[in-house]
Amino acid sequence: MQPLDVIKEKIREALPGLDCVIGWQRGFDPLHATPLFMRKPEDVDRLIWGPLNIYNTATYLSGFRGKKVGVVVKGCDSRSVVQLIQEKLVKREDVVIFGLPCAGVVDLTKVGRNVTDLGRVSAVDHSGETLKLTTPEGEKSLAWDDVWADKCLSCQYHNAIISDHFAGEPIAPVLGGRDPAAEEIAALEAMAPADLLAYWAEAMKRCIRCYACRNSCPMCVCRDFCIAQTRDPHWQSQEDSVKEKLMFQMIHATHLAGRCTECGECQRACPVDIPILALRRKANQVIKELFDYQAGVDPQAVPPLFTFKVEEDNINERGW
Amino acid sequence: MPVLAGKELRIVGFLCNWCSYGGADTAGVGRFTQPTDLRIVRVPCSGRIDPLFIVKTLLGGADGVLVSGCHPRDCHYASGNFYARRRLEVLKGMLPIMGIDPGRFEYTWVSASEGQRWQHVVTTFTEQIHALGASPVKAVLGAYPGAAPSKGGDSAAA
Repeated sequence: MQPLDVIKEKIREALPGLDCVIGWQRGFDPLHATPLFMRKPEDVDRLIWGPLNIYNTATYLSGFRGKKVGVVVKGCDSRSVVQLIQEKLVKREDVVIFGLPCAGVVDLTKVGRNVTDLGRVSAVDHSGETLKLTTPEGEKSLAWDDVWADKCLSCQYHNAIISDHFAGEPIAPVLGGRDPAAEEIAALEAMAPADLLAYWAEAMKRCIRCYACRNSCPMCVCRDFCIAQTRDPHWQSQEDSVKEKLMFQMIHATHLAGRCTECGECQRACPVDIPILALRRKANQVIKELFDYQAGVDPQAVPPLFTFKVEEDNINERGW
Repeated sequence: MPVLAGKELRIVGFLCNWCSYGGADTAGVGRFTQPTDLRIVRVPCSGRIDPLFIVKTLLGGADGVLVSGCHPRDCHYASGNFYARRRLEVLKGMLPIMGIDPGRFEYTWVSASEGQRWQHVVTTFTEQIHALGASPVKAVLGAYPGAAPSKGGDSAAA
């Protein structure tokens, strides 16, 4: 039996005790998977697994607070679940985790660079050595290394960190692989501060303040109380200026410091492709250096900004 | 035209009510000479300071931000400055990626009796900001459409 069929069987068994189980299904075309909320046994048949399962299923968990739900996770999604449990935003006993080993997901922006129109791809075959697409111009074959999402190239967590049901052979992480995200941060930091600010201003000019980055973030749980939209306190005006847009990105990044599991949903969801994940990755780098902590890998760990030490190990109090 | 126009930069200080604000007062009562670039915002505790206060201040065009609270172990509320220390240190690490020189932001501890130390802190930080010069934020961000016309509070140099 295929691992996916094993998981489907487990979901059918667990479904009577759960409000729903969150997973993925084929979307409006073969290239796009959409979230699937399985409530009836026949819904389970639509569950799919593969490199098109891009969305982070953990994003929906905090919306089901107080209900018992199941969630099918990739390794990175499970980090978000663990972080939510760490922060007591969901209860461990309220969530049933179904895990499968994940080899990686594709970045549709990268795929889009190779085809004229993503919406006109009529068939996708992701079972072979390459990603095969059928487009109006004919068959296209893309090398996996060119289409994996950046996070997958340096992924250390292919398998669910915690799970109630796991099917399939766990995939070992590749060590010493390329880390495009770290390269991106290094390149940005090599710029002079004023040039870097100008770079962000130029990028933020495209921002339409749709808040897709926030809405897709599994850790953004404030919902209607987000300080970007409250009038009291009035952190942000409605001005269409790069200052307000950059300020919102800093709000998101600082609120995620020590919490971000780097699932990359913010950048993936951005309709104008602003490379905003770098801000969150940098915050995580700082947290790692200062507190030797990584978000979402240990359900028992206390996030570093929720606590303190009287004598900090790595904070150098600069003398005056 | 004010005599200091063009010579003064705009530095915003967030000071804890229980120690640094008193320390600054002590320095004033003792008539210690201090640079005049600093504008002080009094807060109840350094733990009250959201790192976003500092981000917003810097994006608003301030040339520097200084945070000062009670020495660790001396917090009026027992642990506010321990949390502040972690948050502010993380923020300092994050400033370079957004294109702001981390030298424009510093945090330190000054108690209410340390008037002389306050004088030293203000003088050192002001020198540091003058060495960095005026903040490029307003010029860079102001070049894009949508920014509201200035509502005052500009640095004296502008």
